[in-house]
Amino acid sequence: MSAALDMDRGGPQQPMLIVRDLKKQFPVKATGHPRGARVRAVDDVSFTIFKGETLGVVGESGCGKSTLARLLLHLIPPDAGELVFDGDGVGAPDGITVDALRRQLQMVFQDSYSSLNPRMPVQDSVAFGPYVHGKKWPEARRIARAILVKVGLNPDLFGPRYPHELSGGQKQRVNIARALAIEPRMVVLDEPVSALDKSVEAQVLNLLRALKRSFNLTYLFISHDLSVVQYISDRVLVMYLGRVVELGPVDEIFARPLHPYTVALLGSRTSMDPAHRIERPPVTGDPPSPIDPPSGCRFRTRCPFAEGVCNSAMPQLGAWQDRESHVAACHMHDRTSGHSRAGGHA
Amino acid sequence: MSLTQTAGTAIPAAWNDDGAPSVRVRTYWQSVGVRLRRDEVTLAFGAIVLAIVLVAIFAPALAPFDPYKGSIVGRLKPFGWRGHPLGTDELGRDLLSRLIYGARSSLLMGLVPVVVAMLTGGTLGVIAGFAGKRVNTVIMRMMDVFYAFPSVLLAVAISGAMGGGMLNGMIALSLVFIPALCRIAETATAQVRTLEYIEAARATGAGALTIIRHHVLGNVLGPVFIYASSLVSVAILLASGLSFLGLGIKPPTADWGLMLSTLRDSIYVNPWICALPGAAIFVTSICFNLLSDGIRAAMDVRL
Repeated sequence: MSAALDMDRGGPQQPMLIVRDLKKQFPVKATGHPRGARVRAVDDVSFTIFKGETLGVVGESGCGKSTLARLLLHLIPPDAGELVFDGDGVGAPDGITVDALRRQLQMVFQDSYSSLNPRMPVQDSVAFGPYVHGKKWPEARRIARAILVKVGLNPDLFGPRYPHELSGGQKQRVNIARALAIEPRMVVLDEPVSALDKSVEAQVLNLLRALKRSFNLTYLFISHDLSVVQYISDRVLVMYLGRVVELGPVDEIFARPLHPYTVALLGSRTSMDPAHRIERPPVTGDPPSPIDPPSGCRFRTRCPFAEGVCNSAMPQLGAWQDRESHVAACHMHDRTSGHSRAGGHA
Repeated sequence: MSLTQTAGTAIPAAWNDDGAPSVRVRTYWQSVGVRLRRDEVTLAFGAIVLAIVLVAIFAPALAPFDPYKGSIVGRLKPFGWRGHPLGTDELGRDLLSRLIYGARSSLLMGLVPVVVAMLTGGTLGVIAGFAGKRVNTVIMRMMDVFYAFPSVLLAVAISGAMGGGMLNGMIALSLVFIPALCRIAETATAQVRTLEYIEAARATGAGALTIIRHHVLGNVLGPVFIYASSLVSVAILLASGLSFLGLGIKPPTADWGLMLSTLRDSIYVNPWICALPGAAIFVTSICFNLLSDGIRAAMDVRL
């Protein structure tokens, strides 16, 4: 799309979005916790999304994936950290405002039911974005109907319907249309297919791929389903208890995972081969509470290779430069950490 | 993995041929109107409400006698006595004429405080529910103060402090109804506020007022409207209570509530005549309730 290319201010080498030390904690109100206890939902998360790529984010439930998505759009204000969208700091004095960010960065929500206003025909839900950005309703509806065509829905048939008159897959197509209606350059997809049937899931994933090509989009794709992430992503980011534990190209991660947690996640995938059925749980126990996370490495309580150093020092994500970098936050991959397996394993 | 095998290059279309009915291009309110027109029961009660309103407006033309002209000899006479179709009251005034004129003050006392309370309470509730946190605490705790008094006592206290009369009665009743309507609007707003479609609207850069107008009000209007319409009959009764205590409408003004309390003493002399103002209140409030119920059903998309 030419409009998107015109807005390509930083050039193709400038990353679409740089996230630095993003942090969010929520106060705990439930009884049984001391006053002032806080959930560390997202803790010093840093990563970069390059133009035109799909970055997959995987992790267990409660690891901070959805919080991360909402932080990126400033739907919840971050406690600390920095966002740089195409070279412009968000909220920085010489950067862009949150409103300007939201014109270029949109989100598709997980729950296709509650993410559409039940009292609004779906074409009006899609048209709402253009309307907010200054279009009159007839013009906004015309845009909405054009976008509905792009997501594979006949606007004459589906536009005037209410959300309860659509199937889950159709609703998710409407959600995608709504995100695209204001012509964003990047879309955050928060578990966009996890509520759908497998067959519908494949259709929506293919739709997302096709839309990415035709609208020249960049995706941040959040999912707990490794197969989906493998299928759609160019690079993968693995989260555990609010922290990034591994980041790298999708083929690298799936072929040679570095972090023991990633190894365990990949081991938890259902096998398609009856001769190689999984008989033991790859990770035992529940993840520790993010309210009072373990000292040092957060995965050490479930890690088979945990040693003294994992208890005392927080492993840092290795330095990475470009799309090809494959790094993990694990003492076993830091030669200076003092872990007995350090260096030999990497 | 079967996903990789189905990867297509073209944008895959969804199911466009699932036998949908004819193309409807209707706005929300148009479809509410269509559903309302199909509901005969609601239409019937709406017609009665409309008739009562028309009677109140055209009272001077419809009343056969002067509602304030009494007769010492013709007191508490039965139906049809000397051309009085519904007889006469305890001062010999024509009861039908008084009922017709009474519709005016009763409807005013029933509707105006409810509408005023619906607007102010509803606005306060939406603000409290949408803003949350401190704004919510300040508004809702203020409402709790009013909630702490029984509604009748509160109405009596307010209009007692301000003095009698119709206007002060209306103000008192409005203040009595605001807290409940505010709470309902606040609850409905708070329920909607956390849903993802509000987040999606915020993500498009919409301001709070735009979001409230397009995504919140539709969900709040229903419950507030239903409760408010059930308050109409309560307002009529409370107003009559105030009149009875000399704080609301004053005699000899024709008012159903006032008539009910003055005719109360004559119940053993002519019970039918005493029952008529009560019946008028009963019919009016039932019709308002059923009409509002029908409108709520028509406004509910998920039928």
